[in-house]
Amino acid sequence: MTNAKKILSVKDLSVHFNIKQHDAGFFAKPEVLKAVDNVSFDLFEGETLGIVGESGCGKSTLARAIIRMIPANTGEVMWMGRDLLKLDAAEMLEVRKDIQMIFQDPLASLNPRMTAGDIIAEPLRTHHASMSRAEIREKVKTMLEKVGMNASHINRYPHEFSGGQCQRIGIARALITEPKLIVCDEPVSALDVSVQAQVVNLLMDLQKELGLSLLFIAHDLSVVKHISNRIMVLYFGTIAEIGEAKQIIENPSHDYTKKLISSVPIPDPKIEQERREIRRAARAKRTATAG
Amino acid sequence: MSFLEVKNLRVDFDTNDGVVHAVKDVNFTLKEGGTMAIVGESGSGKSQSAFAIMGLLPKNGRAFGSVLYEGEEILNLPEEEMNQYRANEMAMIFQDPMTSLNPYMRISSQMAEVLMHHRGMGKSEAIAESVKMLDAVQIPNAKNRIRMYPHEFSGGMRQRVMIAMSLLCNPKLLIADEPTTALDVTVQAEIMDILLDLQEDFGTAIILITHDLGIVAGTCEDTLVMYDGRVMEYRPTKDVFEKPEHPYTQGLLAAVPRLDQDVSSLSTIDYKKLVTAATEAQK
Repeated sequence: MTNAKKILSVKDLSVHFNIKQHDAGFFAKPEVLKAVDNVSFDLFEGETLGIVGESGCGKSTLARAIIRMIPANTGEVMWMGRDLLKLDAAEMLEVRKDIQMIFQDPLASLNPRMTAGDIIAEPLRTHHASMSRAEIREKVKTMLEKVGMNASHINRYPHEFSGGQCQRIGIARALITEPKLIVCDEPVSALDVSVQAQVVNLLMDLQKELGLSLLFIAHDLSVVKHISNRIMVLYFGTIAEIGEAKQIIENPSHDYTKKLISSVPIPDPKIEQERREIRRAARAKRTATAG
Repeated sequence: MSFLEVKNLRVDFDTNDGVVHAVKDVNFTLKEGGTMAIVGESGSGKSQSAFAIMGLLPKNGRAFGSVLYEGEEILNLPEEEMNQYRANEMAMIFQDPMTSLNPYMRISSQMAEVLMHHRGMGKSEAIAESVKMLDAVQIPNAKNRIRMYPHEFSGGMRQRVMIAMSLLCNPKLLIADEPTTALDVTVQAEIMDILLDLQEDFGTAIILITHDLGIVAGTCEDTLVMYDGRVMEYRPTKDVFEKPEHPYTQGLLAAVPRLDQDVSSLSTIDYKKLVTAATEAQK
């Protein structure tokens, strides 16, 4: 990855939320929640960076701040030499063509009153307004086939598809503008394991074919390890550690990463039995020192 | 006589589009204090089997077959009689601890209610007993926290409350329906450890319903794999994982990425082949 081109460089990014205390006075200063706190990292061309962490650690907030779906407080997001956080609306629209997103809930992220074809065509209509209807239809059909769906399903509505198929539509919508980076926010966590495998395979194949970069957010470490070149572990809004996937899994340095790895269940009765004994011993030690 | 014997269990639902057969012929036995897992993907009928056993099917659901609890038939018992079994003999915990706790009631009242109703205890005695149970599921400072409302607890803590509540009347059977699916993995490991420790301490038999093969591996003696309302494989957990016999189980195991192994691409399940195989087997 060293000779690859850096396409995204995040420096000291922070996102703070103000929380109102329920017993505070009208003029009282609100409490500040640092959802993302001074996060810096680079993303290279054609690379998948996995982001893991428990719920509430700031994974999604980080991703949303990068693509300006929510405002960041401080820091910069350098994308091809430009700071995304300083762009005006028109310039940002231009950039959005290159950065697309896939969401967690496959059905909720598709407009129920639009057909699959309309959903996939919408980014084209926004970013390539001059394209003819026939051209758009052709492109959408090709894209449907690319994500492993039947092009004749172009006029169906989201509720007529299964969860896995809906996620494929979401992927097709993200790919249609030929982006360079796709931010995937828990794209497979709502899917059954066998469907999850299909979608993960699809994403990996498409990435290889199109040379995409992926920011892959998930809470399932096994999936993240499978799909990522590098892994970033977030813990309470800060980076616990970041490094090559293999190295993070085999030699974690942060305590939270160690705990996370020891908690991920492995489908092997013998290994699980041993790990449970280890956890039990650790717990006994903890209660002994606490008491 | 086995502790729990489920024979030819079928569950049908009347819907506007006709009758849906959610569970088609499920058989298993559980010994006293035993543990078993029912594994399957969404729509496989795993939860509906459990609901049928507990008598919790919705109004349009009908259960057929036989469920013998310590030799007594409990399937389709009248509500009144079934209530005697629920709580005292068997209990259930659900996936989402927030929706199964009453948001308007303090934890203390919700837990005490169970003991007052089923055991006829006084309120203060019932609360003291509840605190003991919260201690058992390792909720720190249980004495003070029992006065809190459900929203003041985190997801993991709420699930501990649910487990404590289900064990209040010392049931002999606990059905856990995806008890850790809504939780972070680190919390999931803690909750599963607590469940297993309690199972050993109290001798409660557990039926664990889950889609996660990883959890099953470390917890249950027997594993029953369901697909499309049918049992695909029902054997000791060790054998299911070491030498899965049914193509569906093999497919499921191969589709899960593992932390301790590297594969270049995940294998997927060919459902069409499965369905044809199943229909042919029926003929």
